[in-house]
Amino acid sequence: MTDSKYFTTTKKGEIFELKAELNSDKKEKKKEAVKKVIASMTVGKDVSALFPDVVNCMQTDNLELKKLVYLYLMNYAKSQPDMAIMAVNTFVKDCEDPNPLIRALAVRTMGCIRVDKITEYLCEPLRKCLKDEDPYVRKTAAVCVAKLHDINAQLVEDQGFLDTLKDLISDSNPMVVANAVAALSEIAESHPNSNLLDLNPQTINKLLTALNECTEWGQIFILDCLANYTPRDDRESQSICERVTPRLSHANSAVVLSAVKVLMKFMEMLPKDLDYYGTLLKKLAPPLVTLLSAEPELQYVALRNINLIVQRRPEIMKHEMKVFFVKYNDPIYVKLEKLDIMIRLASQANIAQVLAELKEYATEVDVDFVRKAVRAIGRCAIKVEQSAERCVSTLLDLIQTKVNYVVQEAIVVIKDIFRKYPNKYESVIATLCENLDSLDEPEARAAMIWIVGEYAERIDNADELLESFLEGFHDESTQVQLQLLTAIVKLFLKKPTETQELVQQVLSLATQDSDNPDLRDRGYIYWRLLSTDPVAAKEVVLAEKPLISEETDLIEPTLLEELICHIGTLASVYHKPPSAFVEGSRGVQHKRLPGSAGSGESVDSPETTSTAGVSDAPPAVIPSQGDLLGDLLNLDLTPTTAGPPPPAPSSGMQLGGMDLLGGGLDSLMGDESEPLGGDLGGTPAIGAGFGAAPAALPASFSAPVSGGLDDLFDLGGGVGMPMGAYSPPKSVWLPAMKAKGLEISGTFARRAGVIQMEMTLTNKAMSVMTDFAIQFNRNSFGLSPAGPLQVLTPLSPNQSIEVALPLNTSGPVMKMDPLNNLQVAVKNNIDVFYFSCQYPISMLFVEDGKMERQIFLATWKDIPNDNESQFQIKDCHLSSDAASNKLQGSNIFTIAKRTVDGQDMLYQSMKLTNGIWVLAELRIQAGNPNYTISLKCRAAEVSQCVFQSYEAVLKN
Amino acid sequence: MIGGLFIYNHKGEVLISRVYRDDIGRNAVDAFRVNVIHARQQVRSPVTNIARTSFFHVKRSNIWLAAVTKQNVNAAMVFEFLYKMCDVMTAYFGKISEENIKNNFVLIYELLDEILDFGYPQNSETGALKTFITQQGIKGQLQTKEEQSQITSQVTGQIGWRREGIKYRRNELFLDVLESVNLLMSPQGQVLSAHVSGRVVMKSYLSGMPECKFGMNDKIVIDKQGKGGATDDAGKSDLGGGSGKQSIAIDDCTFHQCVRLSKFDSERSISFIPPDGEYELMRYRTTKDIILPFRVIPLVREVGRTKLEVKVVIKSNFKPSLLAQKIEVRIPTPLNTSGVQVICMKGKAKYKASENAIVWKIKRMAGMKESQISAEIELLPTNDKKKWARPPISMNFEVPFAPSGLKVRYLKVFESKLNYSDHDVIKWVRYIGRSGIYETRC
Repeated sequence: MTDSKYFTTTKKGEIFELKAELNSDKKEKKKEAVKKVIASMTVGKDVSALFPDVVNCMQTDNLELKKLVYLYLMNYAKSQPDMAIMAVNTFVKDCEDPNPLIRALAVRTMGCIRVDKITEYLCEPLRKCLKDEDPYVRKTAAVCVAKLHDINAQLVEDQGFLDTLKDLISDSNPMVVANAVAALSEIAESHPNSNLLDLNPQTINKLLTALNECTEWGQIFILDCLANYTPRDDRESQSICERVTPRLSHANSAVVLSAVKVLMKFMEMLPKDLDYYGTLLKKLAPPLVTLLSAEPELQYVALRNINLIVQRRPEIMKHEMKVFFVKYNDPIYVKLEKLDIMIRLASQANIAQVLAELKEYATEVDVDFVRKAVRAIGRCAIKVEQSAERCVSTLLDLIQTKVNYVVQEAIVVIKDIFRKYPNKYESVIATLCENLDSLDEPEARAAMIWIVGEYAERIDNADELLESFLEGFHDESTQVQLQLLTAIVKLFLKKPTETQELVQQVLSLATQDSDNPDLRDRGYIYWRLLSTDPVAAKEVVLAEKPLISEETDLIEPTLLEELICHIGTLASVYHKPPSAFVEGSRGVQHKRLPGSAGSGESVDSPETTSTAGVSDAPPAVIPSQGDLLGDLLNLDLTPTTAGPPPPAPSSGMQLGGMDLLGGGLDSLMGDESEPLGGDLGGTPAIGAGFGAAPAALPASFSAPVSGGLDDLFDLGGGVGMPMGAYSPPKSVWLPAMKAKGLEISGTFARRAGVIQMEMTLTNKAMSVMTDFAIQFNRNSFGLSPAGPLQVLTPLSPNQSIEVALPLNTSGPVMKMDPLNNLQVAVKNNIDVFYFSCQYPISMLFVEDGKMERQIFLATWKDIPNDNESQFQIKDCHLSSDAASNKLQGSNIFTIAKRTVDGQDMLYQSMKLTNGIWVLAELRIQAGNPNYTISLKCRAAEVSQCVFQSYEAVLKN
Repeated sequence: MIGGLFIYNHKGEVLISRVYRDDIGRNAVDAFRVNVIHARQQVRSPVTNIARTSFFHVKRSNIWLAAVTKQNVNAAMVFEFLYKMCDVMTAYFGKISEENIKNNFVLIYELLDEILDFGYPQNSETGALKTFITQQGIKGQLQTKEEQSQITSQVTGQIGWRREGIKYRRNELFLDVLESVNLLMSPQGQVLSAHVSGRVVMKSYLSGMPECKFGMNDKIVIDKQGKGGATDDAGKSDLGGGSGKQSIAIDDCTFHQCVRLSKFDSERSISFIPPDGEYELMRYRTTKDIILPFRVIPLVREVGRTKLEVKVVIKSNFKPSLLAQKIEVRIPTPLNTSGVQVICMKGKAKYKASENAIVWKIKRMAGMKESQISAEIELLPTNDKKKWARPPISMNFEVPFAPSGLKVRYLKVFESKLNYSDHDVIKWVRYIGRSGIYETRC
């Protein structure tokens, strides 16, 4: 007898024939017909038209036939709900059958028929079956409650099935317990806050007892359920662990993994100094290794989980490196996972072995695997410093193979090695450059370009190399374009003389010819940096980069904790939280590991303290490809570490940063004191660079820029102005007559916390001027240029150029008279010229000059009255609020306001860059244009200058 | 839990389709076919996510079994279930093939209905299933009430793997210690990794509900007994084996569900009521002091660009009185091989172009012997820049001892209700060591 013939009927009129056969009197014929129907159903044919005829066959003593009809019903009942009712009677009758197998079959099938009317009839039989004398019926009924809940949750609650289900946890039969646990766990998932499972020490004890007796599947249900419990203290935690550990010897891998999950979770609560804790750690490794001799699919699941376990508790597997060596015949998915774990376990102790293996793998067939192996060599170099040299030479060997993808992958990792060990392996650059032409993948090209840019000063033909990439600029991927832009700017900053043309070319390619906003933005930032303040540009672009850390591709700790709670499940295979791939309410609940109870140690401490070689600092993750923002921040725009810190640490810079992105949101809100979303702009350096350039493009640069671009700049510069510090209009400092045709007019400004000297240099002579430089004489506040004077292009006759020179206050100090006098020397190719100018002292008011009320009062009293000076400010028509706002723009902060007899008293404070505090009391009488100001300061000499600033700020 | 289970043939046609959950539709059947079976590339993962639906698959010959779900299921359990499903089918109708599946599709549906309820695996022990699901249709109509309740209590009971009332005239049991020894050796003869994965397979023909106790030369047990001074077992323990080692260190072991794990955990004793017939009692793994039955010494020399000279020596390393069988050495050759000349002292060697390897077979070889093969491989000139990857030389063999050194010390049988004692049971023990992945890099 073969049933395969049923699959081969393809005749037309088949349905009609089947109908006739189904209604035949002969039992055998009927059965044959139903089999044919099921076969058709299986292959996807629509046989729903036969519904009434099939259901007619249901009334039979033949259990096999009955099962087939039920199978049909489960498939089609939903599409024919009215006719499905015909089956109800049979079901109800079967639920009373003396044979427990038939009772169970009926209740099992009824639960699978998702038709409301049938569901109604299900309740009574189900209630009986839940209390049936036969355990087989009870275990089937337990699952049926979950089915019913899926169809109609309300009904299950109303009928009190949940309570009955809970009672089954205490059933004498272990399989009934297991199924009840499974059903309750599933129902509880869709009611995250209900205390359905109600796990308490008593129920836990029942579960642990059933664990020893039920089937392998039941053990999994129970262990998965146990994992949701949080023991009350370390004692209880230990006793559960003790009862779960025997499961680690089970032949079923799923039982083992679920037991591992429970242990990993409950271990968190055990004190680390407990002997048992160490014993438990030792017990976990062997079963995990054993999982690797299972079938490949299970190995894959196990490896994905071991990957998580190794990240959470590296000590468990640290001696097991060898078992992760790849076998030649492993399926590719197993190979790739093993490789990942090998790198995680690599340490000084085993690095030689690991490297030998990796080198072997790099000659294999599968391209993905080879690439990963090459990448792994690089990761080893970064992780184990002692091995770096060997890794680099291995990589060079691989490059010599000239296998295209190997070379490319090697170059990508060598870039990372350079980041980790700067100035150590640059001798290999020559070899890398030889392979420039064979690079066709964006990541490799980008890496190579980064290397050329970073080490431009050591590569003689760096400009030629980069120029060759520039030819096909628009065909490159964004990654390469961005890298090329940065590399050329670096090159320019290092070798400005020969590469001006190149940098202009790339800037215009990036800003004008590209539709990519990232590229354009980066282009503009560089452009403006270079044009307004090349010193800052150098500090920003050539800043020392933070070293990358050894641990890469780590899973973020909170996610890792959640995944540990999901060991064995799909979430642990995908390395994603369930909410990322499960629809609806299920699995949305986030699981967390319990905190440690016994000791005061933090949960994280064990691995940071017990594993050698893991640094304390949180590891920086190497940005994955395409992560442009990360790339931008990591490679180019890191905060400068060289030189003294800028005078104003936080708020002003954040304002600058915000201008970049928010377009001066603060001015719209009218509240400038709180830097909104200050971090948006990224690093302070961006903010400073951008905020410092109020439409100060030199003619040569601004010419090609379109109108739209100007708008962009206006937005950035213009919005900052009203709120920014007061800056006096430019005045002529050095007349052309005194300086052989060079005229300098200028002013000072404080923008985004940086003091700027803004100058217009005009060439009124007949010859070209080049080689500008600037120097200050010693002065009262130690002002000095923060970088060289950047006049990039030669200044031709009758041309002017705007220059902004950032200043710092770390220069040598000498008291001047007047206090704010500054003597300057400017040099060009013609001669050296001297002039002096005065800066408004408000430039030196720092952003954190707001004093606390209490301190203000105390300080005011503390300063002797001799140090107080009074001034009159005449002809000022501002209200007290407007004045206060205006002053605040220049970092004069109003601390309190009092109104006495129609006179407003503003108490204000400001702080100078050298830490001197100045306190002020400003009296404003309504209707009187004359203000009175009292200044108190420990260094009374500044008062005069401060008063002048007050006057200047208020009157402009 | 599992939302549905599909079985496909190699063309991707559905042979069995059983849906357990409402969230799995018919389109899931097609999604797997299109995205996995018909995808013209190597399978990159046994778990595939297509449109928020996860597919787990295993392949048996050219049959695909796929479990489908939309939830965060226990992945290990799903795979274990799929393997179990294969075991159950094999136990019922032999090899898993398209033909057999089509012939037994009604039976398979019945099984699927029984062993998976709403996606939750239920009792899947063939012993129990066969009591009420048979290929001749379902028993049930003719059963007496007692029989019915016996079935249900067995399916749900604590000892779901054995039924009561089994009777044999001759009580007999067979123990097979089957080991596969795995090796990865460097060209210089350094052991990169080596382990033995072993299985103890038992065939029991015992009456009643016998309580068994199994003992082996487990280091932990022996040491414990040594301290207690009870070493009387040691003398009569030598039931066979190839080495004179007293005890072995077992890295890890797992047991059939009949073994009382908590007892093993506390006393390290292996006690159980065995299923009837053949089953796998335990699996174990050892890595220390492994007897490597063969040593392979490769020598590959490239003579110019178009010729390779290969010489391989194998040495057997066990008692001269024992014989290894079914020895096969596989020497990979480059893809551009044009001709091969082989000379070997013993056995037969052939170049198999389709497998890109020289296969050298020796029927039998005694211990402490050595044999060698040399070959000249002619190569076609190629302009392929990539060097030949030189896959490892692999070996197959079978030896009549356990390379781990494991020895069975005793298997005691107690059945208090029936009148036979441990001495009346006839016991057979056999050791077979086979090569697992036994590779030497060259």
